[in-house]
Amino acid sequence: MRPSFPFAAIVGQDEMKRALMLSAVDPSIGGVLVFGDRGTGKSTAVRALAARLPEISVVAGCPYNNDPAAPNPDCPHCQDAPLGRKKKVATPVIALPLGVTEDRVVGALDLERALTRGEKAFEPGLLARAHRGYLYIDEVNLLEDHIVDLLLDVAASGQNVVEREGLSVRHPAQFVIVGSGNPEEGELRPQLLDRFGLSVEIGSPQNIKARIDVIRRRDAYERDPAGFVKSYARKTGALRRKISAAQALVAEVVTPDAVLEKAAELCIALGADGLRGELTLMRAARAMAALDAKTEVEIAHLAAIAPSALRHRLRRDPLDEAGSTARVLRTVDAVLGAAKTA
Amino acid sequence: MTGPDPISDALLAAQILGVGSRLGGLALRARAGPLRSAYLTYLRDIAAAPIRRLPPGIDDARLLGGLDLAEALSTGRPVHARGLLDEVGAGTLILPMAERAASGLAARIGAALDAGAGFSVVALDEGVEAEEHCPAALTDRLALHLTLEGLRARPLPDAPAPEVLGHARRLLAAMPPTPPEAFVEAAAALGIASMRAPLLALEVARGAAAIAGRDNVAAEDAALAARLVLAPRATSLPPADETQPAPEPPAPSAPDDAEKTQDPTPSDGIPAEVLLEAARASLPPDVLAKLRAGAAAARGSPGSRGGGAGPGGHRRGRPQGRPPGDPRGPHRLDLVATLRTAAPWQPLRRKLFADPPAHILISKSDIRVRRHRQRRERLALFLVDASGSTAMGRLAEAKGAIELLLAEAYVRRDHVALIAMRGAAAETLLPPTRSLVQTKRRLAALPGGGGTPLASGLEAALTLALGARRRGRDPVLVVLTDGKANIARDGRPGRAAARADAEEMARVLRGAALPTLLIDTSPRPQRPAAELAAALDATYLPLPRADARGIGQSVGALMAAP
Repeated sequence: MRPSFPFAAIVGQDEMKRALMLSAVDPSIGGVLVFGDRGTGKSTAVRALAARLPEISVVAGCPYNNDPAAPNPDCPHCQDAPLGRKKKVATPVIALPLGVTEDRVVGALDLERALTRGEKAFEPGLLARAHRGYLYIDEVNLLEDHIVDLLLDVAASGQNVVEREGLSVRHPAQFVIVGSGNPEEGELRPQLLDRFGLSVEIGSPQNIKARIDVIRRRDAYERDPAGFVKSYARKTGALRRKISAAQALVAEVVTPDAVLEKAAELCIALGADGLRGELTLMRAARAMAALDAKTEVEIAHLAAIAPSALRHRLRRDPLDEAGSTARVLRTVDAVLGAAKTA
Repeated sequence: MTGPDPISDALLAAQILGVGSRLGGLALRARAGPLRSAYLTYLRDIAAAPIRRLPPGIDDARLLGGLDLAEALSTGRPVHARGLLDEVGAGTLILPMAERAASGLAARIGAALDAGAGFSVVALDEGVEAEEHCPAALTDRLALHLTLEGLRARPLPDAPAPEVLGHARRLLAAMPPTPPEAFVEAAAALGIASMRAPLLALEVARGAAAIAGRDNVAAEDAALAARLVLAPRATSLPPADETQPAPEPPAPSAPDDAEKTQDPTPSDGIPAEVLLEAARASLPPDVLAKLRAGAAAARGSPGSRGGGAGPGGHRRGRPQGRPPGDPRGPHRLDLVATLRTAAPWQPLRRKLFADPPAHILISKSDIRVRRHRQRRERLALFLVDASGSTAMGRLAEAKGAIELLLAEAYVRRDHVALIAMRGAAAETLLPPTRSLVQTKRRLAALPGGGGTPLASGLEAALTLALGARRRGRDPVLVVLTDGKANIARDGRPGRAAARADAEEMARVLRGAALPTLLIDTSPRPQRPAAELAAALDATYLPLPRADARGIGQSVGALMAAP
């Protein structure tokens, strides 16, 4: 396999890059939804980020990526593995293809063993492999509804429960869902939209110079992947350190009451249903502060993250051509405008 | 000036595909016929590596590799089979009937291409209608887009000798990097959003240069790339009356004036105009109209809408027997049925072994799967204008017509929903239901009077219809109105604003491609209702000419259509 494209070499797309970094800093923000045209670097960015995240240490041979520090007592692999047998692996990024079956996602009876050896065994699915990493769904809007329901349920509970074909298995499955799609081809149900933590809208760069940069870098990468990745080694290292530092810092970031109040005000003004919006807004703002190496959330963090955290939670207005982004920005200006300049 | 000959372009494309790398492949739009056969033979002659044909209905196990069920059962140990994507190696994969390819298949092939697999894909798109086309997830990754439609068959020349192609490959490998500016600018001017297009065009131009025996890209190579890669993807035409001054002498310090993005002088000497000119020349004159129509169709076509509404939902619905099958496909294994099938054969099978194993002997033919069939339910959505103007004239008649329709819907076990337009805003009197009694009661109790909030009514209908679609129902909209809107979407009275809002909402509804019937309830057929029907792309039926039976027939036809 060739090395993936360096995250630091992606031109523009700042909002997407930021959302992905925030989800790495604090996975509890929830998934990231990326909507945009084809060929704008959606999947490149996801793969690129995961390859630059700090490695995770897993029990060797465990298909569930269990942490050796906290082995799952129900996992036969962790129990069988001799103590201390662990290894470092890259943060997993599992791509979920369209048309995938439920069996492949949640896992199923291991047919091979059932039929040839007469054993009842569980064959872990994609959810097990994505544990402690990313689950990437290209064209999430075209995925069958019952699969999406299932994914979001597991993502929210952090556990995959399988009850089928005489199997009764549960295993941890904590991952960040990154969904991408082209909104012209189909929409997500509002209930599902709301379950994603952040959403970003991307397009190809409008500026010719940026577009040329994209092509130049991509061409250089295609020509010599290893060499190109190496030329970005320093920037990649800096990025990794920044994320590691923020991961360590995020638990200490405090949120002043004034900021909390503004967040609530913002959500009410926008009519975002439910409390999920506020929660995500606060978590994202905290992660944002941590990335900034600050220990206190500022109004500016809130303003910066509000479009990503809220735009997919508004009631849709079929005639509003400008879209939800403009509405969020208007409201952010109205609610936070005074505070931002103060 | 006559444009370049499409067939010789196609032949060059085949050679470029054989020489170049990282091109993804070729999307060929053509019906089966002598010309296509000859062209495929030509492709086959050029290809150095194996060519495999991919059946459109291929399952995952065969595509990506997996357990070889028949082998595993007969030998009693796991036997893995390689997938077609592995087997093809650096060869060519031919995908016939690409317009019928499932989006899942396209996504998997696309993912393999993204991961750097060395094969190229030849997608044979046999679509007849504009909205029938190969999934964009795949075509976006294929560099060359060709159409052989409307071309007369003629004998094709022999493919170039392997030594010629080998020489071109060596030239390509030694070619210095090509500056991408012109390609990027041309792609942007043609309204191509995907950043893959200029990159692929760049590779195609380099391949073309190598085939022509050049060691660097010349203007004609770039023009060829524009015709083969950029023009077919164009979504807008660059202004034709572009009166650019002659290219200025290239300034070496170009990158720092980022504002001058219109500057048509890239540093490599091939102006973007060359590409644009080539792309423009190869576009048929009516292309923009076609592009727009295509885009609209793509947005509204039922095949492209999201979620599990597709007919392939095998997991829900009523069980449909337990046929033999492969449990790794879309169907699930029925363990009990499988064992039941295998049981009677056990004594016989055991006799085949000198030392029979302890476990049950199951062969592939025993395996039974569960299959479900989901009956697509229909939803008849009635949007009834109960305003003063209708109440005066025909509300009673409209109610009668609806009752007849309801009876018919009841027989077919369709769902029915009722929205009334009356007063300041539309009101959903009845969310989708199968209860005929309730519907009749609500309908009878519906008083007339007030304004006509047409926009608000259409919006409510749209919301309900989309919701029904997400649940896997086929909604059909029946609008009964005289089309005289007088309440705007925000609830304020005013004819002009109300009409503008209604028109705009009708446009949105039209985009949802909802089968619609508009019944004009005004005493005489009138302009507003007919105009609204046109805006909705609805079947127009004036009530005076339609007795209840006629309406029933129209709705029946509408519902049977999908």
